[in-house]
Amino acid sequence: MMSNTRKKIMPYVMVSPYLVHLLVFTTFPVIFSLILTFHKWNIIGPMEWVEFGNWKRLFYDRLFWISILNTFKFLSIHIPLQIIIALALAEFLNQNIRLKGFFRAAFFMPVVVSGVVVTILWQQLFSFENGVLNRFLVSLGFGKVGWLIDPDIAMVSIAVMATWKNLGLYVILFLVGLQTVPKQYYEAADLDGASHWQKFIKITVPMINPTMFMVVILSTIGGFSLFIEPYIMTGGGPLNSTLSAVLYIYKQAFQYYHMGYSATLGVFFAFLIVLVVIVQKRYIEKDI
Amino acid sequence: MRGLKKILLYTLLTGAAITFIYPFFWMIMASLSPEADISSLVLFPSKLTFSNYSTMVSKIPIGRALFNSLFVSSINTGLSLIFSSMVGYALSRMEFKGRNLIFMIIIFTMTLPFQITLIPNYIIMVKLNWVDTYLSLTVPFLINTFAILMFRQAFKSLPQALIDAARIDGCGELRIIFFILWPNIKPTIITVGILAFMGSWNEVLWPLIVIREEQFMTLPQLVTLFVVGGRAESQLGVKLASAVFLAAPIIIAYLFFQKHFIQSMASTGLKD
Repeated sequence: MMSNTRKKIMPYVMVSPYLVHLLVFTTFPVIFSLILTFHKWNIIGPMEWVEFGNWKRLFYDRLFWISILNTFKFLSIHIPLQIIIALALAEFLNQNIRLKGFFRAAFFMPVVVSGVVVTILWQQLFSFENGVLNRFLVSLGFGKVGWLIDPDIAMVSIAVMATWKNLGLYVILFLVGLQTVPKQYYEAADLDGASHWQKFIKITVPMINPTMFMVVILSTIGGFSLFIEPYIMTGGGPLNSTLSAVLYIYKQAFQYYHMGYSATLGVFFAFLIVLVVIVQKRYIEKDI
Repeated sequence: MRGLKKILLYTLLTGAAITFIYPFFWMIMASLSPEADISSLVLFPSKLTFSNYSTMVSKIPIGRALFNSLFVSSINTGLSLIFSSMVGYALSRMEFKGRNLIFMIIIFTMTLPFQITLIPNYIIMVKLNWVDTYLSLTVPFLINTFAILMFRQAFKSLPQALIDAARIDGCGELRIIFFILWPNIKPTIITVGILAFMGSWNEVLWPLIVIREEQFMTLPQLVTLFVVGGRAESQLGVKLASAVFLAAPIIIAYLFFQKHFIQSMASTGLKD
């Protein structure tokens, strides 16, 4: 039998790895981040107190605001596109069809593969001179598109690629959601002579609101961490049109060694993310 | 009418499936084709060659990076399974002061964007002298709050009698977790294991930050720097070969355990 004191201590021993990890890799970093926002530091020399210098700089930093705007541009294309296509494909898959497993597996393939692979691959597909996409357009009699070299289009191209990469996951999530809608609802609507489209809009869409909400939140959080795609494809160009916020934070920290300023950007951006998620929670999540 | 609808449905689904599979197919074919062919490649190259792969092997230590990635991902998966089980067990099956507080902290920290801790965590690595060591790639990933919640949920669903019987037989708590309970929650272990492994295997931002020396680089990091850094000398075939090499292990695993992969990933969304 275990002695009484041992019995009392045991739970704390078991959660101790978590508590140590929490202190070292979450609590301390958050506090240290806040301290860093008031300092200038290149990590080698001593820290220098600059009061609100970093914050002032942030508000006048055009490039940072461009990077925020770019990130929102990415989200505003990526999220609607993702929801519409994923929901459509999930609805198709939810019909009585053969090869369901094959289609699902095919859609899901890019989800498991590293973003690095997907980006290297699409960089070639998007290539202006001989990329598969432009060759296809030319063969149809259209002109070439500057997928990654036109500043107006580059971020759209990256958003399309990201949609292609993540779509499979959201198809599966919607599919799970669709299967939770009680069959009786559709049967009742059938009696009233409702069309397929009416049933979809009036029953399906409201009933899968929890899934919809989750998809929006997951792709928002994912979208806000956009980094490796522009890092590999464009380096943030052309004309900073694909510079994402995380890429900018990364550059400030690891190209210029502005640790204090970079931490300030990180703190501000994190608050912005939380704010956006709260707003989404308020407007999208509904009780059924 | 019904027949026409079916045909339309299959056409759309097949079109979508091609959109997802063809790029991978093209990538593999391009990596096996002579450089001059890639700009006109549609399906199969005029002749198959492995020269892109041999160029890749001669230019970067890709074998070493493959080992690093396997090593780091295995450690992270194995140890995070063990630690998360322990914490999840304590939170669901043991009574102690502060239990609910810890649970609430876990939920709260999950909402914290990583962007806020990125820079300080790098500084911690520098101060601990962990830059360019395996420690920086493993230690921060040994605890995974999502895994803790998954295990907590799984342990909660098991009958108390199972634990009581083991205690009467004189089993300690750790023995109970790993020998009595684990065999009963295999689906959770598989899910958490796949997610941890994939997360670790595909992670690239963190290695880019904490690893500078080639001998410690993970596969996605090495491939990224190879492609971006100009050492591929804008040879498309070689770049694509390195991408195929990076994708292959996960795709092979996916082809075998496809169902488990899909279920695991889907469960990330089903939480909360």
